[in-house]
Amino acid sequence: MSRGNQSWLMGAWLFFTSLLSSSAWADTQLNLTKGVTAVSREVYDLHMLVLYICTAIGVVVFGAMFWSMIFHRKSKGAKAADFHESTKVEILWTAIPIVILIAMAVPATSTLINMEDNDNSEVTIQITGSQWKWHYKYFDQNIEYYSVLSTPREQYENQNGSFAGNGAQKGEDYLLEVDKPLVIPANKKVRFLITSDDVIHSWWVPAFAVKQDANPGFINEAWTNVDEPGIYRGQCAELCGKDHGFMPIVVEVKSVADYDAWLNEQNALTAQAADAEKASLSASMSKDELMQLGEATYMAHCAACHQPTGLGLPPTFPALKGSAVATQGSIAEHISLVVNGKGMMPPFGKQLSLKEIAAVVTYERNAWGNDTGDLVQSSDVKAAGEE
Amino acid sequence: MTTDTINESLDDTHNDDHHDHKMTGLKRWLYTTNHKDIGTLYLWFSFIMLLTGGALAMVIRAELFQPGLQIVEPDFFNQLTTVHGLIMVFGAIMPAFTGFANWMIPMMIGAPDMALPRMNNWSFWILPFAFAILLSSFFMESGAPNFGWTFYAPLSTTYSNGSTAFFVFAVHIMGISSIMGAINIVVTIMNLRAPGMTYMKMPLFVWTFFITAYLLIAVMPVLAGVVTMLLTDTYFGTSFFDAAGGGDPVMFQHIFWFFGHPEVYIMILPAFGIVSTIIPAFARKKLFGYSSMVYATASIALLSFIVWAHHMFTTGMPLFGELFFMYCTMLIAVPTGVKVFNWVATMWRGSMTFEVPMLFSIAFVILFTIGGFSGLMLAMTPVDFQYHDTYFVVAHFHYVLVTGSLFSIYAGAYYWLPKWTGHMFNEPLAKWHFWCSLISVNLLFFPMHFLGLAGMPRRIPDYALQFADFNKWVSIGGFAFGLSQLIFLAVVIKCIKGGDKAPAKPWDGAEGLEWTVASPAPYHTFSTPPKVD
Repeated sequence: MSRGNQSWLMGAWLFFTSLLSSSAWADTQLNLTKGVTAVSREVYDLHMLVLYICTAIGVVVFGAMFWSMIFHRKSKGAKAADFHESTKVEILWTAIPIVILIAMAVPATSTLINMEDNDNSEVTIQITGSQWKWHYKYFDQNIEYYSVLSTPREQYENQNGSFAGNGAQKGEDYLLEVDKPLVIPANKKVRFLITSDDVIHSWWVPAFAVKQDANPGFINEAWTNVDEPGIYRGQCAELCGKDHGFMPIVVEVKSVADYDAWLNEQNALTAQAADAEKASLSASMSKDELMQLGEATYMAHCAACHQPTGLGLPPTFPALKGSAVATQGSIAEHISLVVNGKGMMPPFGKQLSLKEIAAVVTYERNAWGNDTGDLVQSSDVKAAGEE
Repeated sequence: MTTDTINESLDDTHNDDHHDHKMTGLKRWLYTTNHKDIGTLYLWFSFIMLLTGGALAMVIRAELFQPGLQIVEPDFFNQLTTVHGLIMVFGAIMPAFTGFANWMIPMMIGAPDMALPRMNNWSFWILPFAFAILLSSFFMESGAPNFGWTFYAPLSTTYSNGSTAFFVFAVHIMGISSIMGAINIVVTIMNLRAPGMTYMKMPLFVWTFFITAYLLIAVMPVLAGVVTMLLTDTYFGTSFFDAAGGGDPVMFQHIFWFFGHPEVYIMILPAFGIVSTIIPAFARKKLFGYSSMVYATASIALLSFIVWAHHMFTTGMPLFGELFFMYCTMLIAVPTGVKVFNWVATMWRGSMTFEVPMLFSIAFVILFTIGGFSGLMLAMTPVDFQYHDTYFVVAHFHYVLVTGSLFSIYAGAYYWLPKWTGHMFNEPLAKWHFWCSLISVNLLFFPMHFLGLAGMPRRIPDYALQFADFNKWVSIGGFAFGLSQLIFLAVVIKCIKGGDKAPAKPWDGAEGLEWTVASPAPYHTFSTPPKVD
């Protein structure tokens, strides 16, 4: 081997070892997850069965191809045979695949029948997707809430650095973390009723082997029964617009006792929140308080479309800075737009408290040089709603 | 008008004795009704589109090189994936096959030209306008379509960014072009075969294009229908796909995939035809099981109409529907298997050489089969719930469309380049093209299987940290594969400009009427039909 060749090989070797040694190979997952439910393990076994069958067929077919490529080449003096059909062989290689397919279809059918059996569930939760968050509503409980991505914008908007070495600033569960996870009990059959408020989304948690589309105007069913308490993460799996990659799903599975305690706590919180709503009606907040709460609310719920700068992403998402609604229009109209939505703008009445709506409207009317000086209180929001 | 006057008027247009007359410059290409010129136009157009779609893909891969948003905004990312898909499907693969059909079918069946030469001209020349409309939307305020090449409602209707009208108009034009091209292929094959060439004596290449043309005629109107419903839903207040008005967004998917699944076979059946022509030539042995190949192609085409909902297993179909579509989809493995086995049996005990067309064909058989395996896995409904809409699917369809369809197009291009240009291509450079493409394409698409199994959804501009390592590899593979295609451009340009003079039949094992005429093929061939026995 010549010197030139050696140095070339050396370079290639260094390149590949540098790729192989990069950050997190030890954690890299190659195969489907086994998951934490009986169904997900059945699905995994089915996956492995088909994978083995395909590998075996591949070895035979590619083996025959390589054999003939090595031994039946002209340069080795191979003379072409002149057979070009054989009914026997053709029947054989039509029949054998059919038998293999039947062997695959039988377990697949039984798993599928099991997966589609939604009866006899003990807990029912309605899941509603909207751009770009999930809403969970517990049946027979006074509990419902939104679940939104909690990874800070600085982490994914790459403001902290360029291409090189900014991985360290990202959290461990980067893009797979939410403010309030879905909580379900272990070892109980939990049924999900899945729908959407706007476009099609898809609710997917790999560890449960549950993936079900959320169709606007229709309700789909799915179920799971998890053995192990723990935290399981998934993502929206159907393209749903700009922030499709930013609406993760986190499910916290608790033991039955912990789950019951959590239910009580949440029911109490719901009651407290109702009291706080009432109290906020008579309270009056200062401009600083309103602006502070307003900014926090805006960043969490509005900035994805209207942007932190208030400039929006026209023409789809209009600017608020200097806009007619936020500077010239009446406060009541502005409140109504936030509460009820319009066109692509989703309604926030259900999602935000009176106080938060008052704060965010105040913020939008005073931030980015809008400077209307308007202050909006919870009672104004309530009054606008009653008009 | 009597027959005589028709003949006279035909003679008027052909009163020149030497048949090689043609206009010069741009007019030659604008006004041409010659199947070889139109074939050339289609092939160049599709290659330009391949590079355009490839450039979009390279921006996508640059954004996905590492976690975080570096280069493009999420909304623009969606525009890139959408237009990449549309361009590759409707602009690169389909027109390339129409180019092959135009060049080769008349020469293979001993016809002087396509049956409908003026329609042929029109079906090509509306295509550049369709893609100009589609691409121009990048420069408009609304931006390009951002709802995925599958344009699911209501993301593409109520929630669209305003690009829907341009998109619909462009798709209509592409559809009209495809339908006209398909009608031309059917009419040519039915009427212009040389005396003695019965259907079961046609080259398999011609058979696959014949069947594909019927698929096109059957499903392109369905696409036209669904985009029209999309248009009226968006702009004229209908509610086909809006539940609030009594419609159903899932119905959109049923109609779309009723077009979309046969469309998949429209992009692979001609590939089967090309590979079935090349493998026997370099194995120096007749194609094994010709008639079973014809029947397998026809059965795949028929089955393609009853499997569409396997793209929709997660939409909430009833159990019976899921079982029906699972079984039918698994059945497709049988005729597809027959084809692969027949190719292997053709190679078996042949006398093989490995020129570039053969290298691409062998790579096609192996890599397409890998794509077929992942297809079989995807057919199993319970497991599809895990694979659906992940990178596993992206890996699957790129194996069948890139290392499948595109590789067959390269194989065919190298095989017939000597006939088209009259020169042999530069073999070492072409081998560079093959090996660079082969290695980089696997680096590009194979790790996507792992990404999908580990849970990475498709169509996302940013991803969790556990996907970072493979994405880096995939992006490197993507850049390498994209750049490797420039080698092909160099080979073709060199081959047109010069090179060793090609004999009428440059491959000693090749068979077919196209090798009985000189290289380069004269402007008009088979003015008198050859006799086939």
